[in-house]
Amino acid sequence: MKMAATAKIRPSGKSFEKTELRPERELRKLIETVLRLAKSTGAEETEVHVDEVAEALTRFANNGIHQNVSEHGLTVSIRTVAEGRTARATTNRLDEDSLRSTIEASLSLAHSQPKDPRLLPMPGKQRYRPVNRFIRHTAALAPEDRARAVRRACDLAVKKGQVAAGIFSSGQSQTAMGNSHGLFAAYRETHSQFSITTQEDPAASWAKANSADVRTLDPQKLAERASEKAHQAVNAKELAPGRYMVILEPAAVLDLLGFLFYDFAATAVEDKRSCLNERLGKQLFGQKISLSDDVFHPLQQGAPFDGEGIPRQKVLLVDRGVPKNLVYSRASAKATGKKPTGHGFPLPNEYGEAPMNLVFSGGDFSLEKMVASTDRGLLVTRLWYIREVDPYEKVMTGMTRDGLFLVENGRVTGAVRNFRFNQSLIEMLRNVELMSPAVRATGEESFEMVVPAMKVRDFHFSEVTKF
Amino acid sequence: LLRGRKGRKQAAERKFGIVLSSWGANHCAPKFFCAQVHALRLTLMWDLCTNALDTAKSRGASYGDVRVMHLRQRDLTTKNGQVGTLAQSESIGMGIRVLANGAWGFASTDRLTREGVASCAAKAVSIAKASALAKRGDVVLAPEKAYIDSWQSPFRKDPFEMPLETQLALLLAADAEMRKVKGVTLTETSMQFRKIDSWFASSSGSRIHQRKVISGCGIGATSFQSGEIQKRSYPNSFGGQHALEGYELIESLELLKHAPRVAEEAAALHSAAQCPEKFGTLILVGNQLGLQIHESIGHPIELDRVLGQEANFAGTSFLTLDQLNQLKYASSIVNVVADARLDHGQGLGTFAYDDEGVPAQCTDIIKDGKFRGYLSNRETAHLVGLERSSGTMRTESWNRLPIIRMTNVSLLPGTWDFDELIADTQDGILMDTNRSWSIDDRRYQFQFSTEIAWEIKSGKKVRMLKNPSYSGITTEFWNSCDAICKFDHWTLWGTPNCGKGQPMQTMGTGHGAAPSRFRNVRIGTAFSKQ
Repeated sequence: MKMAATAKIRPSGKSFEKTELRPERELRKLIETVLRLAKSTGAEETEVHVDEVAEALTRFANNGIHQNVSEHGLTVSIRTVAEGRTARATTNRLDEDSLRSTIEASLSLAHSQPKDPRLLPMPGKQRYRPVNRFIRHTAALAPEDRARAVRRACDLAVKKGQVAAGIFSSGQSQTAMGNSHGLFAAYRETHSQFSITTQEDPAASWAKANSADVRTLDPQKLAERASEKAHQAVNAKELAPGRYMVILEPAAVLDLLGFLFYDFAATAVEDKRSCLNERLGKQLFGQKISLSDDVFHPLQQGAPFDGEGIPRQKVLLVDRGVPKNLVYSRASAKATGKKPTGHGFPLPNEYGEAPMNLVFSGGDFSLEKMVASTDRGLLVTRLWYIREVDPYEKVMTGMTRDGLFLVENGRVTGAVRNFRFNQSLIEMLRNVELMSPAVRATGEESFEMVVPAMKVRDFHFSEVTKF
Repeated sequence: LLRGRKGRKQAAERKFGIVLSSWGANHCAPKFFCAQVHALRLTLMWDLCTNALDTAKSRGASYGDVRVMHLRQRDLTTKNGQVGTLAQSESIGMGIRVLANGAWGFASTDRLTREGVASCAAKAVSIAKASALAKRGDVVLAPEKAYIDSWQSPFRKDPFEMPLETQLALLLAADAEMRKVKGVTLTETSMQFRKIDSWFASSSGSRIHQRKVISGCGIGATSFQSGEIQKRSYPNSFGGQHALEGYELIESLELLKHAPRVAEEAAALHSAAQCPEKFGTLILVGNQLGLQIHESIGHPIELDRVLGQEANFAGTSFLTLDQLNQLKYASSIVNVVADARLDHGQGLGTFAYDDEGVPAQCTDIIKDGKFRGYLSNRETAHLVGLERSSGTMRTESWNRLPIIRMTNVSLLPGTWDFDELIADTQDGILMDTNRSWSIDDRRYQFQFSTEIAWEIKSGKKVRMLKNPSYSGITTEFWNSCDAICKFDHWTLWGTPNCGKGQPMQTMGTGHGAAPSRFRNVRIGTAFSKQ
C-alpha cells in the first residue's frame, strides 16, 4: 500500500502562465452573494455548490504528441426550496444578474412539481476531518514538463521498434458548498495521471498510474513495463474458451469490481435493483473478502463531505464475505431509521447515494508469488468494455486487453489471444484463492479504488477474438 | 468592422455584465428587445473570436479556429411516482485550437472578456509549441473553403419555452400507468432537452453560427421476483429516443399508450422461457440494430482509431487502410452511409457544418456489401486519398477539442415488409431493446443482450423469451444479413451517450435502421454456464 518512493517528475517552474484556483475566501464570498440574492426571491432555503477545475492533458500516439489541451472553468449550482419542493439550476456566469436568473430558474423549476414528501430541511453547520490532497508540485506542472516526459517514453518505443500512445495529465480542482442554514464546506485537490499503450504489431500492452502528487509518478518505469509486456505478448496463441484459473492484476480487479459500488446504496436496495436485495447479512462472498468505503484512506482522494455537506464516514460494507452495511443519504437514512453516512449525491436526484472511496482488504502474496503458485492459468493485464448482463447475479461481460499471458508450472510461458468473459462477480468473490496487498489502482471503466491483485479459480471465458 | 462595433460592445458589456448576461433561459424579454440582444450578442461573439484569432496569430500560430459555445440543458426524471431529478444548466465559454511549429495546442476558458480570451489564445499557442517538442511530423490540413453562414435545426415546439408542468405531468402520468401493473417494483421516466448555440471562426475566414435543439425521453419498468431482475423500456433503453427535434418528438412517441405494455412485459418476463443457446436465425428490431451499427460499423470506420490515435483508450480498428475498397464487409444487400445532412433526417449526428468548419456530407461506408469509406477530418483525409475532409469533427462542449465522431451512420432501408419477414422465418428469434453491449478494442468480437425476445416458429411469433443474447465476429455477422425491412419500418435512432477521447467526451450519434435478419448467429452465450 505504499506509493513509489522515487521522485521522477518535477515541475521545471517554467510554466508560462501559472493557472491558479481562486482562493477559498472568493468561493465563500460567491456563495454568500448567492445566498443574499436568494433571500429576496422567495426561496425558503438555498444551497450553493461552487466547482472550479483547471486541467491539462497531453496526449500522444504513433510516438509523438498529437493532442494537447487545457481547460479552466467554474460553475455555480444553486438548489432552492419552496413549499416543500426543490430543484437545481447551474451556470458558469458569475455576474449578479446571471446568478439572480439562475436562482429564479431554480425556483421556477421547483414550483412546477408536486410536493416531495421525503424532502428534509437543509442541514446546519457541520464539522469535517481535514484531508490534504493538494500538492503544489502537481499544480505547477507545465506543458513543457509533460512533453519532455512523453518524449522520453516515445523515444524508448522508437528504440525498441514499437509504437507508443497515451496521456500525461495534471490538474487541480476545488469544490465549496454552503447553505442558508450556515453550512460551509470546502475542499481542493490535485491530480496527475500517466497512461501508456505500447504496440508491437500485432500485440500491445499497457500501464497506468494516478496520484495527487506528480512526483510519485514514474512515466519512464511505466513505459518500460508496457514495452516489455508488449514484446512478450507477440505471437499469441489461441486457447479454447472455458473456465480458467486467472491472476487478475489490480487494474483488472478494479474495473470489474467497480461495478459493485452502487449495489451498496440504501436507495438501490429500497428500489430492489441491488444485487444485495434479500442478501444482506448472509455469507455471499468468500471469507477472504472485506470491503470498506473510506475517503480518509491514504491512497484515496475526494472531498470529506457529500452532496448535502454531510461529513463522510468510514463504513464497513463487507466483513469476511458478509455484506454488513449500506451507505445512506439523509433521505434514505430517515426512510430506514438509520443515520446518514455522508454518501448522498447533490439533490434532487433519484439515485440517493453511493460509496465512492472503496477499499478492499488485501493479502500478502505478490503477483510473482501468485504466478509461481499456479500450475496452469492466465495472467490478465486489464479488462475492457465491461457491461452488466444480469443485475442480480451480477454477471458481467467484457474482454481481456493489452496482454493476456499463459502461466504454466509457476511461470509465464507465452501470450494468449484475447477472450470474452461472462462472469458473475458474486461467484468470483467466492472463488478468490490469493490476494496481493491492496494498491491504488486506476483503469478505464471504474473510478480509482484501493484493490489487490487476485488469483481466482474457474473464471468463465466464453469466446475468443481474432488477436 | 471591429472598430465600428467597439462602442456598442462596451455599452452592451456594461449593461449585461459578462457577455450579455440577460440572455437567460427563463427570462424572455419582449420580442423586439430579444432581437436587439440577439444582434448584439452575435456581434460580441464574432468580436471575441476575432480577438482570439488575432492573439494566436501574433503569438506565432500558423492556423487557428475558435468555438464559442452556449449550452443549455434541462433534465427531468421520475421514479416510483415521485420527481427525481429536476435541473437546468447552462454553460458558455470558448475553446481555441491552434497550429504552431507544426503541432496542435488547445486551450479553453469561461472568461469571455478581451483579457480572458487573449490569455487563453496565448496559452493555446504555448501548448502547441510544447507539443512540438515531441512531434513526429508537421500537421498538414486538407484545404477547405471559408464559409459565412448561420443555421438553425428545424423544430416546431421549443421545449424550453413550454410549461414545465406539462412536461412533468406527462412523465408522472406514464409513471403511474406503469405502477398499476402487478409485479412491477420500480418505475422510471426521463426527459432531456438541450439547446446549443455555437459560433465557429477560423483564421481562414469562416464565421459560422449554428443552433441545435435536441430532445429525448424514455420510460422503464423493472420487476424483481424470486431472485431475478427483469426490465422493459420504451422506446429504447438507457434514456429512450433522442433526436434533433423539439417537443414534437416527445408527443410523437406516445409514452402513455406504451406504458402499460412495457410494465406488463417486465412482469411477464419472469415466467418466460430462457433464451436457448444455439446457432440460429436472428431478427433484430431497429433500436437494437442501431447499437449494432454503432459498435461494429460506426467505431471501426473512425480514421483516428485506424491510425492509432485512440490506441490508449477507445482502441484501434480492424479496418486497416489496405481494407478500403477491398473488404467484403457485409452481404450485398447491405448499404451503410455516414450522413450528417438534414436530408437524411433529424438525428443526433445532423448538422450544417462540423466543428472544423466543414459542411455536412454523405459518405458511402458500405456499398453493396463492400467497404468504401472512413470518417475523416482535415488532418487525416489525405491518408485515404481524399482531397477533402468528410466533415466529422465534433466537440462535446467549448472546453473540449473536436475529434472524429460518428454523424448519422445508418443502414439504408431494404425491401421487406416486417410482417412478410416474420412470415418468411421458419425458426428464429426476434430480439428487442438493448440490455448490455460489449466489443473488443479492435471491433472484431461483440456480444449484445436485449431486454426481451420472441421465438418465431413457422412464420409466427409463438412465445416470449427472457435473457436473450447473441455474439459474433463483425464481418461474419454482417455477411450473414439476408433481409432488411423497407423505409416504412426505418427509424433514425439516437445514441446520446457515445464516449470517446481523453479527456472523455460524450457525443450523440444517429443510426438509421429497420428490422433485419441474420443467419447462423451464435445465440444465448451471455447466460451460458459452459
